Amino acid sequence: MKEQQLVSVTIDGIEISVPKGTMILEAAKQAGVLIPHYCYHPGLPIAGVCRMCLVEIEGAPKLQIGCATRVADGQKVLVNESEEAKRARQGVLEFLLIHHPLDCPICDQAGECELQDYVFQEGQSRTRYSPHFAKRFNPVEDFGGDILYVPNRCILCTRCVRFMDHVADDGILNVSERGDRAYIGMHPDRELDHPWSGNVVDLCPVGSLISKEFLHKARAWELDKTPSVCTGCSQGCNVNLETRGNQVVRIKPRPNLDVNRYFMCDHGRLTYRAMSRGDRLEAPLVADRGELGAVDWDQALSRAAAAIQGAEGRAVALVSPGCSNEALYLVRRLLSSFEMVGAFSVQRVEGEVPLAGVPGLALREERAPNAAGARALGFDTTYDTAVAAVNGAALVVLLDDALEGRELDMLAGARTVIYVGTTLPDAARTAHIVLPVATAAEEEGTFVNRDGRVQRYFQAKSGPAMARPAWWVLSELLHELEMGDPLTAAEEAFEQLAADEPAFTGLSYATIGLRGARARKGQAAGAER
Amino acid sequence: MGYPHRPHSRETVVLSEHFGNPEARSYDGWVGMGGYQALEKAVGMDPQTVIDEVKASGLRGRGGAGFPAGVKWDFMPKEKSRPHYLCCNADESEPGTFKDREIMRWTPHGLIEGCAIAAHAIRAETVYIYIRGEFTEAIAIMERALAEAYDRGALGERVLGSGVGIDMYVHRGAGAYICGEETALMNSIEGKRGNPRIRPPFPAAVGVFGMPTTINNVETLASVPHILNRGAKWYKELCLSSPKSSGTKLMSVCGHIAKPGNYEITMGFPMKDLIYDLCGGMRPERTLKAVIPGGSSVPVLNREEAESCVLDYEGCVQQGTMLGSGGMIVFDDSADMVYQMMRIARFYAHESCAQCTQCREGTGWTVRILQRILAGEGTATDLDLLLDIGEQMTGKTICVLSDSCAAPVGSAIHKFRGEFEAYINGARQPVAVAV
Repeated sequence: MKEQQLVSVTIDGIEISVPKGTMILEAAKQAGVLIPHYCYHPGLPIAGVCRMCLVEIEGAPKLQIGCATRVADGQKVLVNESEEAKRARQGVLEFLLIHHPLDCPICDQAGECELQDYVFQEGQSRTRYSPHFAKRFNPVEDFGGDILYVPNRCILCTRCVRFMDHVADDGILNVSERGDRAYIGMHPDRELDHPWSGNVVDLCPVGSLISKEFLHKARAWELDKTPSVCTGCSQGCNVNLETRGNQVVRIKPRPNLDVNRYFMCDHGRLTYRAMSRGDRLEAPLVADRGELGAVDWDQALSRAAAAIQGAEGRAVALVSPGCSNEALYLVRRLLSSFEMVGAFSVQRVEGEVPLAGVPGLALREERAPNAAGARALGFDTTYDTAVAAVNGAALVVLLDDALEGRELDMLAGARTVIYVGTTLPDAARTAHIVLPVATAAEEEGTFVNRDGRVQRYFQAKSGPAMARPAWWVLSELLHELEMGDPLTAAEEAFEQLAADEPAFTGLSYATIGLRGARARKGQAAGAER
Repeated sequence: MGYPHRPHSRETVVLSEHFGNPEARSYDGWVGMGGYQALEKAVGMDPQTVIDEVKASGLRGRGGAGFPAGVKWDFMPKEKSRPHYLCCNADESEPGTFKDREIMRWTPHGLIEGCAIAAHAIRAETVYIYIRGEFTEAIAIMERALAEAYDRGALGERVLGSGVGIDMYVHRGAGAYICGEETALMNSIEGKRGNPRIRPPFPAAVGVFGMPTTINNVETLASVPHILNRGAKWYKELCLSSPKSSGTKLMSVCGHIAKPGNYEITMGFPMKDLIYDLCGGMRPERTLKAVIPGGSSVPVLNREEAESCVLDYEGCVQQGTMLGSGGMIVFDDSADMVYQMMRIARFYAHESCAQCTQCREGTGWTVRILQRILAGEGTATDLDLLLDIGEQMTGKTICVLSDSCAAPVGSAIHKFRGEFEAYINGARQPVAVAV
C-alpha cells in the first residue's frame, strides 16, 4: 500500500494527524469533535448546502464548511470554541425552523432527529419568526414503496436525492421549485419502489421521509439496538435489530465499510416480520404412541440421547443455511460416529439486485445468511440425494430445515428422526423428538457471508417459552452422550469450532468483533467450491 | 428599431460605437468596420501572448466581480490533456442591467470575435454563449451572426484559414436568475438544474462537463478585440481615476432619470456627471434620493455618496458599494425606499435556488418582514431583526445571491432608517402590498 501523507491540524485545541485530503468534518470526528451537519453523509457525494458545518479557520477571511474543506497542515480549526461559528449554526437552526412544524410529539423521527438534537444542543429557545407569518404547507405524499414524504418537515438537505441519483443510480427524486417553496419532487410516472429505496428513510436527518412499515409503531427512545447480521441473503449486511420490549420492530443498517457501507435493501428490512411469527415451537416434544407431547428439557434430551446411542448405520443431517456456524458444527460432531450424509437447501431467487453505487453490494440470489458457513462445515447442496438417503437411515437430524414442498411422509422411512427447529413444518410432524430452538434474533452466533467473512450476531430478544439456542441444545445432547462438556456460551462452541475446522483457524469472537473477519490467509472460510 | 440615443460627447465610444447601426449586424458590415482583424491577428499569435496582452490591458470582469480577465485565463492548464471550454455569460438577469443585450443586438460579430480570441488564448475548442432565454431578439441575431461566421470561415475547423479550430454554440437559458452565476450556468449547460456548485474545485480545473473552463461576461469578451486592435497600452490608459480600473464601461442607467439608457464611460468617470450631464438629470421638480450602482445586488448609495462616487471598481468600494454589472438604478425623492427594498428582496426570494439554508429561508423571511412593515404592522425590533438576518445571510452560502438580498436591504436600513421607522410608528400610511 502506498504510504499516506499525513497532515496535522488542531481542532478546538486538539491536535491530530490525518491523511492529506481529509475533510475538516471527518478530521474533527477523529479528534472527538462532532461538527453539526445535515447534508453531509459519508456514504453520499458532498453537497455543501445545509451550511450547518460552518467552522472558523484561523486566518481565513470567512467561515468555511467543514464537509467540503480539506485540512491543511498546521491549520487551526475552531468549532465549539468559535463564537462566530456558533452564531452561524444558531442562524441556520433558526432558518430551518421557520417552516418546520413543531410536531415532534407525533413524529416518528423524534428522539433520533438531527434537527431536534442540534436545536436542543445549541439552538435558541424562541424563534423570531412571527407566528402571524405563513408557514409553508404541503400535504403528506405517498412516495410509493414503503415511504411517506412529509414535506413540511423537510429541510432540503438533498441526501435522498443524492442517494437515488448517485448511489441507487435511479434519479427519480429531485428538488422541485425554488426558494422557500422548494420541496422534494418525484418522477411523475414512477414510485419510490427501488429495491434499495428504504435507505432514504435512514438518510433523512429529520422526519420527512418515513417508513410506512414503522409508522407510529414505537418511539425512538424506547428501542434497544442489537448488532446483528441480516438474514435476508448471503451478502451478510451488518444491521441493528431494534427491539421494543421483546419485539423486533425494525431493522436498520449498521455501517460496515467492508460489507454494506451504510445501506441495506428493502428485502432485508422486511425480515423483521418473521422474527415475531406466532407459530413457534415453545416446548420440547417427544412422540408417544405416534402423538407428539410436550416434555421438559431433561426428558427430551435423555430421550434424544438414548435414540442416538441406539442407532447404528447411516445418519442424515438436513440443515438450514440460516443456522449459525456453531449449531452446524455441533450437529456434525453429534453425528461424527455415523456415516453421515449432510446437506442443505437454499432458496434461490433469480437475478441479483445490486446497489449501483456500492461495488460488491447486492441482494444476492442465495436467500440465506450462512450457506457459505454450511459449505465450509461440510454440508453440501446435494439435497435431493440426502433426502433420498433418509429412507432406511438409522438417524435423521433436521436442523431447522423448513422441508419446503416436501411430502408429508418423507421422514417415514427413517428409524429415528430428531427435529431441532424454530417451527415445526408439516412434513416434520412425524419426527420422534422435537427440540425447540432460538432464531438468529434470539441467540448469539456467527455466519459466514458469501465473501468468506465470518460475522457475529448478538441476542436481541428472548426466545419463546422453552426454546433455547441451538448451540446449547446440541451441546447438552453431546454432554448427555458423554461426547463433551456442556457449553455455557456460544463463544465456547466457536472456540471448539475454530480449533477443529481449518476454515475457521485463528478466529475468535474477539478477533471477529463487530466488523467481522476473514479466516487466516489461504484458508478463506466458506469459499464456494 | 433604432438605438435610443446618439452618443454624448463625454462618452468614450468603444463597444457602443455601432449601436443603432444595423449594418454592424452582418458579417460584411462588421468587417467593413474593421471587424475580425483582431481575430486574424490573435490566431497568428501564441495563446500566452494573447493572455499577456489582455493582462497588460488591465481588463477586469464586467459581470460584477471585477476579476482581472487575463489572470483568469492564465489559470487554465497550459498543457492540454482534456478539452477546454469557454463559456460566455450572456444570462444578463441582474435587475437594472441591459448592456449585454445591446452588445448582442447590435454587434453580434464583435462578441463572436471576442469569444474566438479568448477561446484561442485559453486553448478551448468549444465556446458556449449562454443567453438569457427572454432575450429572444438577441438570440435570433446571435444565431444569425453565428451561422454567417461559420459560412465565412471565421469559425469552425480552420478559423480564418489558420490552424486553429473553434466551435461556438448559442445556449438558451430558461429564465432562472441564478443561471447567471458561473457554476449554475455550467450546470444548466450540462442539462442539470441550475444550482451553483461548491468551490473548490474552480472552473479552471473542473468546469463544464468536468473539463477546464473559463467563463467571462459578454462585455468583457466584447472588449477583447479592441484591446488587440489598439493595444494594451491604449486600453490601460483609458482611466480617469484608479489605475486598477481601466477601459470603458457600459453603464445601464434606469429608474427615475430623464434619459435612461446605456452610456459608455471611461473608468473613473464621476457618477454625478453621468446622472446630471449624460443622462439629463432628474425628472422635472425631482431631486436625487438614492442610487444602486451595480445592479440590484449591491448596497444603496444616498445622494451625497452617489454624487461623490467615482465610477470604477475602487471608487464604488470607497463609497461602500460595488460597481457590479454597471446597472445603475436611480431613485428620486418620490421613491418609497421601503417598498423598493421589499420589491428587490422579493425578487431574490423568488430566484433563490433553494440549496443553502440561509438563502432559501432568509430571503423569504426578509420579504415577509418588509411587507409587514409596509402594512403598518412592523414592530420596533423589526429593523434590527432584518439586519441580523442579513448578517446571517452574508458570506455563509455557496454563491452570493443571499448576500445580494441582504446588501441593499441592510444598506437602505442604515441610510434611510427614518422611512422604515415612519411605517413602524404610524407616521406613514400603510401600503397595500400584493403578497
